[in-house]
Parts: sequence; structure tokens; C-alpha cells
Amino acid sequence: MMLTDLTIAAARDGLRAKAFSAVELTMAHLHAIEALNPRLNAYITVSHARAVDRARAADAALAAGDACALTGIPLAIKDLFCTEGVRTTAASKILGPFVPPYESTVTANLLRDGAVFLGKANLDEFAMGSSNMTSAYGPVENPWKRRQDPNAVLVPGGSSGGSAAAVSARLAMGATGTDTGGSIRQPAAFCGIAGIKPTYGRCSRWGVVAFASSLDQPGPLARSVEDCAILLGSMAGHDPKDSTSANVPVPDFRAACRRGVKGLRIGVPREYRLDGTPDAIERLWRQGIGWLRDAGAEIVDVSLPHTKYGLPAYYIVAPAECSSNLARYDGVRFGARVAGGDLRELYERSRAEGFGAEVRRRVLIGTYVLSAGYYDAYYIRAQKVRTLILRDFTDAFATVDALVVPTAPSAAFAQGENMDDPIKMYLNDVFTIPASMAGVPGMSVPAGLDADGLPLGLQVIGRPFDEETVFAVSAAIEQAAGFTAVPALRAGG
Amino acid sequence: MSLDRATVRRIASLARIRVEDREEEPLCQELNGILGWIEQLNEVNIAGVPPLTGSGGLAMALRADLVTDGGYPEMVLANAPERVGDFYVVPKVVE
Repeated sequence: MMLTDLTIAAARDGLRAKAFSAVELTMAHLHAIEALNPRLNAYITVSHARAVDRARAADAALAAGDACALTGIPLAIKDLFCTEGVRTTAASKILGPFVPPYESTVTANLLRDGAVFLGKANLDEFAMGSSNMTSAYGPVENPWKRRQDPNAVLVPGGSSGGSAAAVSARLAMGATGTDTGGSIRQPAAFCGIAGIKPTYGRCSRWGVVAFASSLDQPGPLARSVEDCAILLGSMAGHDPKDSTSANVPVPDFRAACRRGVKGLRIGVPREYRLDGTPDAIERLWRQGIGWLRDAGAEIVDVSLPHTKYGLPAYYIVAPAECSSNLARYDGVRFGARVAGGDLRELYERSRAEGFGAEVRRRVLIGTYVLSAGYYDAYYIRAQKVRTLILRDFTDAFATVDALVVPTAPSAAFAQGENMDDPIKMYLNDVFTIPASMAGVPGMSVPAGLDADGLPLGLQVIGRPFDEETVFAVSAAIEQAAGFTAVPALRAGG
Repeated sequence: MSLDRATVRRIASLARIRVEDREEEPLCQELNGILGWIEQLNEVNIAGVPPLTGSGGLAMALRADLVTDGGYPEMVLANAPERVGDFYVVPKVVE
């Protein structure tokens, strides 16, 4: 087996057993990046020298017998996490020149535990998108190919598309992502890997470029449920620098993966059955329910009546918060500047030049819904609808331990598809946004292939701060699915 | 509620984003498409429902009102597009 094919759990064992060194493991990934990244564009920045230095330090720690949870494990970091001394772009032109003088809490936690950062992964600009097509640094190619049409270039999903493509193609063992409305789960599903959006507040947002602060949540992507559990164990934890970071203990997520589902009550919400969902997805959903029943879970029909309002409410709340957060990009204190005759012209030109079309669209929508006379009609109404969405989940979780639904309403689509109308693109997040609006954890697990040979994901949604049950159910699906398919483009493939 | 070109100009100005004349009409259509789609929220009965603020039912964190960080202007200014000494430079704002 190639080193790049190992899971994080297996690589940890191999490093400790001295079957290979951390430098060998990192070099294998850097070589894979060299070979495939020019095509996939999964990384915006590759930090070769830093990675090798960290791997050497990992070997020293391993030799001294003081290895930590992630010592020597090579990861991709979504280019939305500030990394000290390494350019952080948020895939936007306006942050093109930005080199953070500080490290985000989540990446600092990963470094504390010995991880090696290979580089900064591509994403939709400011995490706004579901296809990675809005990156100012070019789109990412999904390493998976349609069987009948291998020349079509598919999107990896978004916004954590570079993270998902890198992990899928074996250009990293795992990656950080962020999820505001589905940005970890949907790309994980499109690229045939696992990814979890933890409960809002589980991971610190400090040092993560802000999009919509009441929704943004960092989380991991990896090729197995257990690997996600290992990564989340390092990423999570209370941080006084983020006032919304939850001061709750971090449980042993990895142990939860082995709990099984015997005796659990799993809810199937009827509102997630939508007209136009492809048969393969409906079929996989039924199959997943069957797997959980066979593993000893009790299946319960539930109702989340406000599901369909999640998406339109999100497209008020998220743009409103983004228009406030992105006000900081003024061409004065950091980032790119375009000269103007006066200060106002400098602002307006810097922002017009620095923001792409989707970001501009959302800032304008957000500015409008927050403007005088419209605040109650839009923003407050949306926040009230959000209360109803949270109530739906709270009511459901009074009778069930977790929910199982599809992750996305389609498999990966081709570059250029869904581009003619913004709403068509937004609809891709229809199954992920409700959990985001409620702040509850959700995980996507690769569970099968469609007729084109493209991966499909099932999503497990849990109670706030009960990621352990989410991991237990996800691991049961993973085990039953026996998903062993690999993408056409991958290291050594 | 439907946006016209004057409103697009006004919100672009509030958002400090330059929008060229030729961009106004397509922007109008895009934004109206999204706002029209959002209108479906009007069918939800929200009487007596409080807006969601915060999440997870966690209490807001408080901390002592103390200066705990700072004192490194070089680091703060390192990313400035233009600076003189310890100051950011912008076009003249006072005659």
C-alpha cells in the first residue's frame, strides 16, 4: 500500500512502529501534490519547506517517545484559516497580499498536537459558494470522473472544495474546512469522503476569516469517520478569544465511533423527500435506513415542518452577516488597495476590484436587508423563522437520537452547470442548511455510487454537542456501506 | 418589494462598492430574482415567535475589562497597503 493511501489512524500506528518516517510520509504527499495539483488546483499555496521542517520535528518527537495525537500527520488547511507567516487569501483578490501575523486557534491546536501543514486549500471566495467556481485563484477539479463521460470536468462542491479534492485525491490525509450552510458536508459528499460540521461553538472561530458569524463553524474532512473523529478531537475546545466558543468538555470522539447503534432511535424526516431528487439518492437513503435498522437501531418517521424555509431564511441571514463582516476590507489596513482620488473612491474601487461577482451580490443583498425600513421585514423575520427551524429539531430530538437524510440533492455536477442562475446553485444546500440554521452537528458519510460511478453521501444530524452519537451512527453507515471506490485522479492512480 | 436601479445605486453606495452604469440593470435583475424567491418566508406564521439570537442556549461569556494584548505596531501595520511611520496612509480627508 502507498503511504498516501493510509488513513490517519493507520499512519499514526505506522509512525509509532517506525514502519516509515514522518519525513517519508510528508514527502509522499508533497510529491503527489507536485504531480496532481497543477491539474486539480486543490491548493492555492503549497508550503513545502515548512512541511518538511515540521515533519523532521515530528520524527524527533517520535524518536524521543513524546508523540502527540497528530504527530507527523500531513494535512491541508482551508485557506480561510489564518496561518502565521503563510499567506491567507480566503480565495479572494482582496486578501491576495495578506500574510497573517497570527495563527487561528483551530490550526494552533492542530500544530500543538504535531500536525504537518502541507499548504492552504482552495475554496469558494470567502466561503461563498457550492462549487469552488467563485475562487479568484481558479476552480478546483473534482478527482472523480463520470464513467460514461470521463472528459467532463466536475466540481468538488464548495465551499471547502480544495480541502475535499485534496483529501479525496490523496494529496492530504485530512483537511480543515468550515461550514456555514453545507460547506464541509456537500464537498465531502461530492468527493466521496467524510466530513463533519460540529455543533456551533464546538470549534473556535478565532482567526478564521469571517463570513456569517452566527453560522460559521470549522470542522474536519478525512477519508474515514474515525479520522474525522481524531481530527475533531484536536481542533475542538473552548477558546476565550471567541465569545461564542462553548465551554464544554471535549469527549473522546474516536471511542464514540465504536459504540454502535443498537437501541438508538433514528429519525427520518419526511420533509427531506423532495420532488426531483434523483432516484439513486432516494434509493441510497432507503438503503442507509435499512443498514441502521439491521444494526439494531429503531427507525422513526419524524416531521421538521419548516425545512423548506431554511434556504430562503439563510439567504437573508448569511448575506446580512457577510455584509457586516466584509466591511473591514477597505484597502487601508490590510489587503489589496486600488487608488482613488478621495477616501470614498479608494474604498469603492478597492472593494469593486477586490470582490468577485458572488461576494458582491451577497454584500449588496445583505446591505439591502439591513437597510433602514427593511430590517424587520427581512432580517428579523428570517431570525424568527430560524427559531421555528430550531424548534423543529428540538421537538424531533425529544423522540429520536439522530436523523439520517441525504447530504445533497445531486452528485457532483460539471463546471459551468448551475451557473446561469444564482438560486439554482443555492438549492444545492437544501439538505445541509437546516442543521446550520439550528446550529446542530451534521456529518456526511460516503455511502454509495450513482449510475455514473460518482459518490453520494448520507448525512447524520445530531443533538447540540452530541457529536458522539453522530460519529456512532456515521461509523455504522460507513461499515455497512463498505465504500471502497476511489477517484480516477489520485496519487499513484 | 422590488429593486429599481436607483435603489441598487443606493445600496452599492452604502456598501462602498463601485458599480458601473452598465452593471446596474443585470444586478437589478439578479437581486430581484433572489429577493422574489425569499418572499416565500411571508407565508410562515411568525406571530409570537422570538427571533433567534445566539445558539445552543449558552450564556454569553464575560471577561474582565482589561487590556491583555497589543503593543506591537510593526505587526499591526505589516499588512498595510501604504504607511508612514506608525500610521496608515489614505487620501487627504481634511482640507
